[in-house]
Amino acid sequence: MSGLKELVQGAEFIAKSMGVTLKTLVTEAPNTVQYPEEPVAMYPRFRGLHELRRYEDGMERCIGCSLCEAACPTGAIYVLAAENDPSNPVSPGERHAEVYEVNLMRCIFCGDCMRACPTEAIVLGHNFELAQYDRVDLILDKEALLNPPTPNVIIRPDA
Amino acid sequence: MITTILISLVKSLVLILVLLGGFAYLTYYERKILGRFHVRLGPNRAGPFGLLQPIADAVKAIFKEEVVPGHIKDKLIYLLGPILTMITPLIAFAVIPMAPDLTIGGVTIHFYIADANIALLYIVGVTSFAAYGVILGGWSSNNNYGLLGALRTASQMISYELPLGILIVAIVLSTNIGRDQGSMSLVEILNRPRPWWLWLWLLLAFPAFYITMLAENNRSPFDLPETENELVAGYQTEYGGMKFAMYMMGEYLSMIASSALMVTLFFGGWHGPLATPGTWYGPLIGFGWFAIKIIIVLFLYLWVRASVPRIRYDQLLAFNWKVLFPFSLIYMAITAVMVALL
Repeated sequence: MSGLKELVQGAEFIAKSMGVTLKTLVTEAPNTVQYPEEPVAMYPRFRGLHELRRYEDGMERCIGCSLCEAACPTGAIYVLAAENDPSNPVSPGERHAEVYEVNLMRCIFCGDCMRACPTEAIVLGHNFELAQYDRVDLILDKEALLNPPTPNVIIRPDA
Repeated sequence: MITTILISLVKSLVLILVLLGGFAYLTYYERKILGRFHVRLGPNRAGPFGLLQPIADAVKAIFKEEVVPGHIKDKLIYLLGPILTMITPLIAFAVIPMAPDLTIGGVTIHFYIADANIALLYIVGVTSFAAYGVILGGWSSNNNYGLLGALRTASQMISYELPLGILIVAIVLSTNIGRDQGSMSLVEILNRPRPWWLWLWLLLAFPAFYITMLAENNRSPFDLPETENELVAGYQTEYGGMKFAMYMMGEYLSMIASSALMVTLFFGGWHGPLATPGTWYGPLIGFGWFAIKIIIVLFLYLWVRASVPRIRYDQLLAFNWKVLFPFSLIYMAITAVMVALL
């Protein structure tokens, strides 16, 4: 008799599980994001590709203090500072970065550079499409950092 | 005589082409529906809605290198495995009626290849050959996984053939009710009017019949030959490229064939509104009903696959011997009593 009870119970469980799957099929729309065509939803504090920012008047925020270079745990950043020309300054301070390089092969995207920066010049943006065909392309110079590509992302509405 | 053979040949050719196309789009249907069950989209990259995906898969399988591993001694048997598995569901289709007859200018065209008076027996016999395909392939693979997988599959198929055969006996018995003589011909079974209570009684056997068909076709939750966590890929381990694709074809074609059999036995085959015999549109609509019913039964296969986890091997055999087999025996006995009394 216990065998029969077990059988009925098993049939009940299977019916229940099939009910759950059918309900999913009918009621739930696919969660899939068609990634290259549709942007991916990101949290606002996602740490992606580095960017160097400017003030509204076009001046560079970076003053060449090398604090980011000192803070970097993997030595991915290289800064070479230079004096500003007073008649034609690049940044508001006395000095600016003449060379600013980020080596993406070393970077671990910890965000310490962003935290160390006194002028909020270097930030980690939302771009995560970092693959390149050539290793040389993974070393970003100042030109690339000042003009970052527009990332294919949207900010999550619930964030 | 010649024309009869010619017509049969043409019909077989068309049927095989349709079935192979049906196999291709059954894989698409399965992947799409399973995707929706998993709250995914399923294949959608090849062509609009991913409709060209089966063609892409076929091209890929054809262009793969045909490798016969060096440790395989008997190449003939090794190649015979997938061929047997693929052929059996195709030839089982020969006796299944797919649409009402069409009469053009005094010539009647039947939409079945043969109206054999032992059609059901023929189907049971022919589909048993699939077990040979599995066991020959697994044995000739000369590989532990292949052999163990094949043994499991063979014993599973043979055990489940028992309740299947007994349920078929019950169905054949039920055709004997009333003034008519009993018949094994599917055309006869399909076209003979049955009282409503007999339909209900037959539908009672459908779940058991369906479960044995799941096991016969090695479908989830009875897909024990493919338990990758214990047997790699079972009897398919040493097969690649088109040979593997042929095993897959065999599996999916037997799904289609058993769905067609279940539709014919339990759901009235091509019968449906507007599928009137003797009209020009009857065969068209009848075939449409047949296809729709098959698609619904195939949906059941996918639904079960999306819901039920794979069962253990001892559970598989215990379920067969302790539940299905006694049930089918009791069912057949009651049917026999009904036939004797009515």
